[in-house]
Parts: sequence; structure tokens; C-alpha cells
Amino acid sequence: MIKIEENINVEQVIQSVSKSQYGGTTVFIGTVRVHTKGQRVLKLHFECYEPMALREMEKIERQAKEKFDIQEMSIHHVVGEKLPGEKVVVIAVAAFHRKAAFEACEYAIDTLKETVPIWKKEFFENGSVWVAAHP
Amino acid sequence: MQKRKLEIMDQHILLFGATKDIIGSSIYSINDSFKTVGELREHLYKQFPSLEKLNSLMIAVNMNYAEDLLELKAGDEIALIPPVSGG
Repeated sequence: MIKIEENINVEQVIQSVSKSQYGGTTVFIGTVRVHTKGQRVLKLHFECYEPMALREMEKIERQAKEKFDIQEMSIHHVVGEKLPGEKVVVIAVAAFHRKAAFEACEYAIDTLKETVPIWKKEFFENGSVWVAAHP
Repeated sequence: MQKRKLEIMDQHILLFGATKDIIGSSIYSINDSFKTVGELREHLYKQFPSLEKLNSLMIAVNMNYAEDLLELKAGDEIALIPPVSGG
């Protein structure tokens, strides 16, 4: 299941991929860091081009299923304001064997960070910045 | 010179992240038409030089990342995609 939402329920994401016949489920949970380059992060704001982001996330699921021997994949990402410690992205992968599940999970988060049109703005005590926008 | 302007209509470009801050709005409307993604890119760089200072600037057409050579058609959904930073 591919979803963009305000809050992610991890248990629900796991449920969406798990079936008793699969041998393993891997889960990646990305959360807001407290510090970035030595500065304290007050909050993050996530913005997204939702219809295209959903398409790119579906593409990741499709490609992961082609590349790795996995059965199910779910990717959920948040939008809106998030505080340090809060969940940003949850990816769950179910497979008959663990190796493919780990590899597909890593492929999914790495690719998401490169292709999915979602942007985060970091807010510090002395200003804010769109992450990765400028050199 | 008029050739390109045969089909003049408002083209709306969706803006996100840093491009929204640079242009100062979430939609940029142009009363002109551009033959290709590359031509549109040149126009935008001329109007908003700060766009060139971004680490990268992709242009999406109908929700697909587009090459500069892609020809634009009336009714295309166009969006500026500054460096993404999800996850």
C-alpha cells in the first residue's frame, strides 16, 4: 500500500504486508533528527506534489518487486509539520526469505530520497532552509 | 518570431519547495507558449535568476520527469521540481 498522510500508524503498515506464509518482514522507520550539522532542529515542514509522489512511490514498489524476490511492499510518507522524534516515513517489506526483504527495503528508501517529489524545510532557532536545495 | 506564439494561452506551472519561495507563489502563470521544456527552462532562468542557483531543477510534465527536448502540448500539467528531500 502506498500512502501519503499526516500521521503514520506503524502497526497498520506492517499489517498491510504481513501474511502468515511469508518468512520475514523488514521495516524501515525514518524519524525527525534532533540535530542537523550541529544545529538544533525545532521542527520540519514536509510539502509534496501528491499525485506525482504517489506515482513515483508506486514505481518504487513495482521496481522493487522486479529486482528482488519479495512478495509485498508498503510505503507511507508524511506531509505537514513534524517535530523531532516523530515518524516521517515507514516502509515494510514481506518476503519468503529475509535477505531479499532487507535489500528491497534499503532500495526503497534510497530511491525515495532521490525520486519522490517531497520536500522538507528545516526550522532552526535562527532561520529555516529547504533541505538540499542549495550548494 | 510569431510562429511560436500561434497558440497563446495561459500556462500554469506548479511550484514547490524552494521554487515557490523564489517565485513567491505556488502557481506561476505565463501568457505565452513554449515549444519545449528547454525553452520554458530558459524563460524561467531569465525571469528568476535564483532558480539557476539551485542544486538542480527538474521539470515534470504530466507527472513525469521531462527532458529539455520534450515538446510541450496545450493542457500539459507542468511542475518545477527543485532537489527533493523526502524521507
